[in-house]
Amino acid sequence: MIEIRNLAKAYGATPVLKGCSTSVAKGEVVVVCGPSGSGKSTLIKCVNGLEAFQGGSVSVDGISVGDPKTDLPRLRARVGMVFQHFELFPHMSVRQNLALAQLKVLGRDAAEADARATKLLERVGLAAHADKFPGQLSGGQQQRVAIARALAMDPICMLFDEPTSALDPEMIGEVLDVMVELAHEGMTMMVVTHEMGFARKVAHRVIFMDQGEIVEDAPAAQFFEAPASERAKTFLARILHH
Amino acid sequence: MGEFDFTVWGPSLPFIRDGLLFTLRLTLIAMTGGIVLGTLLALARLSPIAPLSWLAGAYVDTMRSIPLVMVILWFFLVIPFLTGTPVGAETSAIITFTAFEAAYFCEIMRSGIQSVPRGQVWAAQALGLTQAQAMIHVVLPQALRNMLPVLLTQTIVLFQDTSLVYAIGAKDLLKAADVVGKNYNRPVEMIVLSALIYFAICFSLSLAVRQLQKRVAIVR
Amino acid sequence: MNYHWNWGIFGEQVKGGGETYLDWLITGLGWTLAVSLTAWVLALVIGIAVGALRTAPSRPIALLGTAWVELFRNVPLLVQMFLWFFVVPEFLPREWSLWVKQDMPAKEFVTAALCLGFFTSARVAEQVRAGVGSLPRGQRDAALALGFTLPQAYRHILLPQALRIVIPPLTSEFMNVFKNSSIAFAIGVMELTFQARQMQEDSEQGIETYLAVTLLYFICAFTANRGMAWIEARTRVPGLIARTS
Repeated sequence: MIEIRNLAKAYGATPVLKGCSTSVAKGEVVVVCGPSGSGKSTLIKCVNGLEAFQGGSVSVDGISVGDPKTDLPRLRARVGMVFQHFELFPHMSVRQNLALAQLKVLGRDAAEADARATKLLERVGLAAHADKFPGQLSGGQQQRVAIARALAMDPICMLFDEPTSALDPEMIGEVLDVMVELAHEGMTMMVVTHEMGFARKVAHRVIFMDQGEIVEDAPAAQFFEAPASERAKTFLARILHH
Repeated sequence: MGEFDFTVWGPSLPFIRDGLLFTLRLTLIAMTGGIVLGTLLALARLSPIAPLSWLAGAYVDTMRSIPLVMVILWFFLVIPFLTGTPVGAETSAIITFTAFEAAYFCEIMRSGIQSVPRGQVWAAQALGLTQAQAMIHVVLPQALRNMLPVLLTQTIVLFQDTSLVYAIGAKDLLKAADVVGKNYNRPVEMIVLSALIYFAICFSLSLAVRQLQKRVAIVR
Repeated sequence: MNYHWNWGIFGEQVKGGGETYLDWLITGLGWTLAVSLTAWVLALVIGIAVGALRTAPSRPIALLGTAWVELFRNVPLLVQMFLWFFVVPEFLPREWSLWVKQDMPAKEFVTAALCLGFFTSARVAEQVRAGVGSLPRGQRDAALALGFTLPQAYRHILLPQALRIVIPPLTSEFMNVFKNSSIAFAIGVMELTFQARQMQEDSEQGIETYLAVTLLYFICAFTANRGMAWIEARTRVPGLIARTS
C-alpha cells in the first residue's frame, strides 16, 4: 500500500531524512516512534506529499507521490490524515468540517455528505455535537471529530501524526479507543506516536527513527522484547519508566 | 468670544444630507472594492511567482508612501489621459479611493492570511482540497474573521479620509458644509457642524468595533 | 489625449515672474519640513505624556487621556485644520482673537503645526500606552518597592523601556507626519502640495510637477525612516530584543 524507498530530505543544509526505506502493507498497522527531531513527522508528511522531498521515492497504492504529474489533491483525498493539533477548521461547525471535502473534492451532494457525516459522528460518539463549533469541544472530542473527518472521505489508508501528544492525559484514552477500533476493522494505518501501549496492542510493526534514519523496523513483539539497537533500548527505557 | 448663530444649521440640512450620502457611498464602494482588490493583491504578494509578488509589492509600497492628497491629485490629472474624456470629481474620487485603499487592505489581508496556522492548509490539502480550494474555503474565511476589527477600523479611517476630496472639489459632506457656510456667511458654524457629524459617526463606529473585538476573539 | 512633455519647466520663470518653478518647490519643501518637524516634536512631548497618563492607576486621569485620544482620532484631519484655523480663534478672548486673526506672524504655519502636532500626539499616545501595557507588571512593582514614586517609576523604569519597544510603530507615525502635512495646503500653508497645485495650474505641466513633488515626499519619508532606524540602533539594549518581538 505505502512504499518508501531511500527517502531523503533536507531543510537547506540540514538533513532531516537520510535515506529511509520501509513499506506498509494493506491492512497493516505500523507505529513510528523515536525522539523528537528524529524526522518521524516529516516522514509521515512525505507520504501524502505535504512535505516535498529531494531524494528517493514514495508511492501510495502504486501512485508515485514525488512525480510532478501526479494529481496530489486526488491522491490525498484517498489518504486520511490526523494531525497533532487536530486542525479542525474553526470557522465551520463540526458537521461542516466533515462535509467540506466531501462536497468540494468528492463531489458528493449535500444529503449524501450529511448522511455520511452523521454516521461517522455516531461512530466516534459525537453525534450530539454535530452543530457545535470546534472551539466548543474538548481536545479529545476535537481529535475524534478530526478522525471522523478523515474517515468521511472513505480513505484507503490513514496517517496519524502524533494524534494524542497535544491532549490532556485523561483524554488520550477516548482517542486511542477509536484508533484501536479502526485497526481491528483492518484499516491500513501509519501512526507516529509515543503511546507504546497502543503499539503493543494493535501494531504489526514498529519503526524506530533517530536523527533522520530508520534505526529499527521490526515486528512489534520483537521490538518490545528484544530491541536490536542501543538507541532503541535507551529510548524505550526512557519512555516506559518515567 | 465671537458671535455665533447656529440657526443656519436648520436650512443647511438638505445639503448636508446630500453631501453625507456621497461620503457614505464613496466609503462603501471604496471599502468593498478595496477589500476585493486588496485580497487579490495580498494573494499576489504571497504568491511564489516572483514577478507577480514583486509587482504587487511595488504597487502597495508606492501607494502607502505617497500622501493621499497627492494620490487624489494624481488620479484626477491622469484619468482623463487614460479614458480620453474628462471625468467628474466624484467618479475620479471613487476610482482613486478604491485603488488607494486596496493597498492598505492588502497589507491587512496579508497579515490575516499569515495569521492562519500552517496546519490548517495541511489539513485542507490532506483532505484532497487543491491550493485554491484550501485558500477559498479554509484560509480566507479565517483570515477575514481574524482581521474583521482591523478592516473596520481601516474603514473608519477611510470614512474620514474621504474628506480630502476637498482637494478636487467633489461634493461630499465637508464640501456641502463649506458651500452652505459661504452662502450664509456662517463658515464657523458649518465647520463645527461637520466636525460634530464626523465625530458622532466615527466615535460610535469605533465603539462598535471595540465591542466586536471582544466578541470575535476567535475560539480555538 | 496628447501630453506635451517639458522637463525644462522647473528652470522656467513662473507666470508672475521673479522666480522659477524650482524656487516654488524649494519653498514648498521648506514649509513641509518646518510643519512636519515642529508637529513631530509637539506630538512626541504630548503623546508620551498622554500615553503614560492612560496607563495611570487613577481612573479619572486615565479617562482624561482616553478622551484626548478619541477626540483627535474621530474627526478628519482636514476638518481639524479648519477648526484650528477658523473656529478656535473665535473662542479666544476678544483682544487675543483679534491679534490671532490680524497680526499673528506665520499664522498658517503655526496653526498647521499645532493641529498636526495634536492630531499625531493622539496616535503617539496610543502606541506609548500599548508599549507601557506590554511591560511585565512586575517592573512597576519592583520600581515602587525600591521606593520610587509613581512618576519616578515612569520616568526611570517604565517609559525608557516602553519607548524602545514602540520605536518601530513610531517610525511609521513619523513618516505619516510628512504625508499628513500635505493637508496643510487647505489653510494656505505654502508647502509641497500647495506648490504642486499652484505650479500645475500655472505651468500646465501637471505630470512633471506631480512627479517632482511625489519624489520629494518619497525622500522625506525615506529620510524619516532611516533616521528612526538610526535612533533604534543607538538605543538598543543588548539582550532585550527578544521581548519586543
